[in-house]
Amino acid sequence: MTYIAKPKFHHPGLPKNELGYTHRDYEGKISTLCAGCGHDSITAAIIEACFQLSIEPHRVAKISGIGCSSKTPDYFLGNSHGFNSVHGRMPSVLTGANLANRDLIYLGVSGDGDSASIGFGQFAHSIRRGVNMTYIVENNGVYGLTKGQFSATADRGSKSKRGVVNSDNAIDLAAMALQLGASFVARSFSGDKTQLVPIVEAAIRHKGAAFIDVISPCVAFNNHAGSTKSFDYVREHNEAVNRLDIITGRAPIHIEQAPGTVQMVEQHDGTRLALRKLDADYDAHDRLAAMAFLQKHAAKGQVVTGLLYVDPEADDLHSHLNTVDAALNTLEAKDLCPGQSALDKINAALR
Amino acid sequence: MPAASPISSVNDFVVRFANVNGSGSASANELFARSILRHGVPVSPRNIFPSNIQGLPTWYEVRVTEDGHLGARGGVDMMVAMNPQTWDKDVASIEPGGYLFYDSTKPMPSSKFRDDISVIGVPLTAITNSTYTDPRQRQLFKNIIYLGALSALFEMDAKLIEQLIGEQYKGKEKLLSSNVHALHLGRDWALQNLKCPIGLRVRKADKVGDRIFVEGNSAAALGAVYGGASVCAWYPITPSSSLADAFTSHCKRLRHDPATGKAKYAIVQGEDELASIGIVIGAGWNGARAFTATSGPGISLMQEFIGLSYFAEIPAVIMNVQRAGPSTGMPTRTQQCDVISCAYASHGDTKHPLLFPEDPAEAFDMAAQCFDLAERLQTTIFLMLDLDIGMNHRLSRPFKWDDSKQLDRGKVMTAAMLDDGRDFGRYLDVDGDGIPYRTYPGTHPTKGSFFTRGTSRDRYARYTEEGPAYQDNMQRLLRKFETAKDLVPRPLQANAGKPTKYGVIYYGSTTPAMDEAIGMLEARGHQLDRLRVRAFPFHSSVPNFIADHDFVYVVEQNRDAQLRSLIVNECGIDPVRLVPILHYDGTPITARFIAKAIGDHLDQLKVTPLRKVGA
Repeated sequence: MTYIAKPKFHHPGLPKNELGYTHRDYEGKISTLCAGCGHDSITAAIIEACFQLSIEPHRVAKISGIGCSSKTPDYFLGNSHGFNSVHGRMPSVLTGANLANRDLIYLGVSGDGDSASIGFGQFAHSIRRGVNMTYIVENNGVYGLTKGQFSATADRGSKSKRGVVNSDNAIDLAAMALQLGASFVARSFSGDKTQLVPIVEAAIRHKGAAFIDVISPCVAFNNHAGSTKSFDYVREHNEAVNRLDIITGRAPIHIEQAPGTVQMVEQHDGTRLALRKLDADYDAHDRLAAMAFLQKHAAKGQVVTGLLYVDPEADDLHSHLNTVDAALNTLEAKDLCPGQSALDKINAALR
Repeated sequence: MPAASPISSVNDFVVRFANVNGSGSASANELFARSILRHGVPVSPRNIFPSNIQGLPTWYEVRVTEDGHLGARGGVDMMVAMNPQTWDKDVASIEPGGYLFYDSTKPMPSSKFRDDISVIGVPLTAITNSTYTDPRQRQLFKNIIYLGALSALFEMDAKLIEQLIGEQYKGKEKLLSSNVHALHLGRDWALQNLKCPIGLRVRKADKVGDRIFVEGNSAAALGAVYGGASVCAWYPITPSSSLADAFTSHCKRLRHDPATGKAKYAIVQGEDELASIGIVIGAGWNGARAFTATSGPGISLMQEFIGLSYFAEIPAVIMNVQRAGPSTGMPTRTQQCDVISCAYASHGDTKHPLLFPEDPAEAFDMAAQCFDLAERLQTTIFLMLDLDIGMNHRLSRPFKWDDSKQLDRGKVMTAAMLDDGRDFGRYLDVDGDGIPYRTYPGTHPTKGSFFTRGTSRDRYARYTEEGPAYQDNMQRLLRKFETAKDLVPRPLQANAGKPTKYGVIYYGSTTPAMDEAIGMLEARGHQLDRLRVRAFPFHSSVPNFIADHDFVYVVEQNRDAQLRSLIVNECGIDPVRLVPILHYDGTPITARFIAKAIGDHLDQLKVTPLRKVGA
């Protein structure tokens, strides 16, 4: 029940971050999703990422559309303002909120029904405008809340729980985001926390439109044999191109020892991304190559995960619009209203 | 046909220019209208244009009216027939005794004319071609040449026109002198070859005063600047696009930080109307003043978000420049046909405040006021413009602003208030006016956050589907709407000179025609009290006005008597007491139409004594 708050007491020895907050300070209400839902793992990853980055929870605005995934902002960052808006319209609401106050962190949470069908247009246009946000799609290939209809990301030939075979082509949102000019594109898997958490952190620190497609199996309607979004299928077909470590000004947050060469990427805000290449052929700075790589592996039935593309020098919609540094919602009459003297001149010119 | 005697009238006539869209006639025609204003004589111009960029017929009508009647009059005293496509219809539309001005370069068969009008031929093409070689120049200057000829026919002061051209092309000497030259080419030809002046004349007067000449869309956009709008999201649609364009140009001039050059506003052209209203609602939720400009089809698309704004209580402003519907309807024709669709926009039980400006000056005032109302009432406010006000230049009182005015940000709980221990429930009615407090995102580390949703919730914004909690919230929203009645602009009443049992209610762009019709009705012996409704929800003075009269006419520009329905529904009025007077052919309503419709109705009520045969 979403109105039931989790008990606040916790073990005194819980680790604290730089702000003195524990994990518990980043939690929200109790999830109402099915036990074992991939979305709850993504919620946990967002909580972990915000904790690790020592973000003040109230400086995040969580915005979502409608659907199972869009319910999740109630389950993390309980001290943040959240907005469960209209089906498929999270991107426009987030864009407006971002224009009003450039100083907050914007977390857009959506699903495959929300972003690949009804909201496909808004997904595309918020990305191409370069809104400074982290846009997460919790992608399970089905409409969960309405009991298991195929969504537009369901692979052609995959089978529904009732045995129906999907005959429509699938939309690959990560490939779309690359084509639309997103300056940060990643794909991950809700069952792979070590890969997902640093990706979320890097996306939050990225200035510009950061898009993450997270395959998140639906335990109720899309976790059976014949599904291409099940835990088993994704584990078997996951082709991770890299592993990410994120290094802020302070100590490294995650460093895991694993084979592969390391590529350092410095983002606008000084964050360094240590990209451990698992696939020697993969270059996360080459948009065109990334697009080709995705298509090639999709044709082989592989799900490519990792940080697919990043432009560390990206800018955002506010830079394009050349808006003032102050948040627009803090401007007052003296900033906004030119007064009677300007009106006198306007009147004179209209005679 | 017997020759009617030529119409003779000083400072009171209608000239209509029939042109081809895209021929550059608009600026010459506007120059004509402005130059009459410079004679101190009010004018009321109207663009009649197709949904087209180049090639289709377009008309520009100038009503010259020393008495200051700014509504459309109906009828044409002089037709400047520059479009062969529409020649027959144009010639037929001239009042008996009127004038036809045409390009006489090529001879026309006499069957193409009428003998009850005065025909004035000027060889415009011949004059133009003998002077200019460049095709574009030929086209543009031809317009100025006919303006010159008309100035002679109407006995206008050429110096005043030259002055206007001078202001228009200030710093562009070459354009200035070539325009003045073209003006005199036409004027001199007319003076030498025609009998000048004709019966229609412009004589200097002093009836314009300090009034300004401006389009409603531009005025509303300026009102948005003064009202503190900092986010605008819009999608192009006739007839509202020029409002967003005007907001952009006003902001470029008035809203850049002089030190850094940076913008104190953000304008986004959305991918559609859904995105536009979504951006507005996101910005409003986050504490910025935001608006969109659209027209009927856009309102249809925005329905779902408008319901969210109502139920989740998020400030938003929609400027609806109405055009003739339904569906694509007549995109370049005027109507007041979105009253119901805006008042009750979206599914479920909803209602929204509407403001009805009468002219550009009021569009400016009300546009600014919309933003205070939206934040005070935490809901969507509609500014109900229409094509007639929005896209035509209208003589209007000058814009005025009170520099001591602050923005009314409504009930916003700050971090300090939260730290003081104030109880924060997003949907808690603490003051009994139905308006709860809100917090901006990012206000306080541990207090005042809440989850905004379109689903049902309790007073503390917690999700619930409990019937009593749902009803409690819906009743509070009604209380809030009750509060709105005293916040929105009040109706304005004007009583007849003598006591009367009859009244008339009207609103928006009908106003100048209604004001003029009152005089015409008085001349027919009919007295009417007037009430101009300026907003929905209706103030108590609306039902009171109806109660004070036997019956009341409701004059509006739509087929279904939408404002009348709204009054019947919201004020519990017996429908037979409200007589609809409806004009909805897409042209602006005229005083002649209103006076005839109401006058004929009132005449039928009169007991007429039987007359003797042959008396």
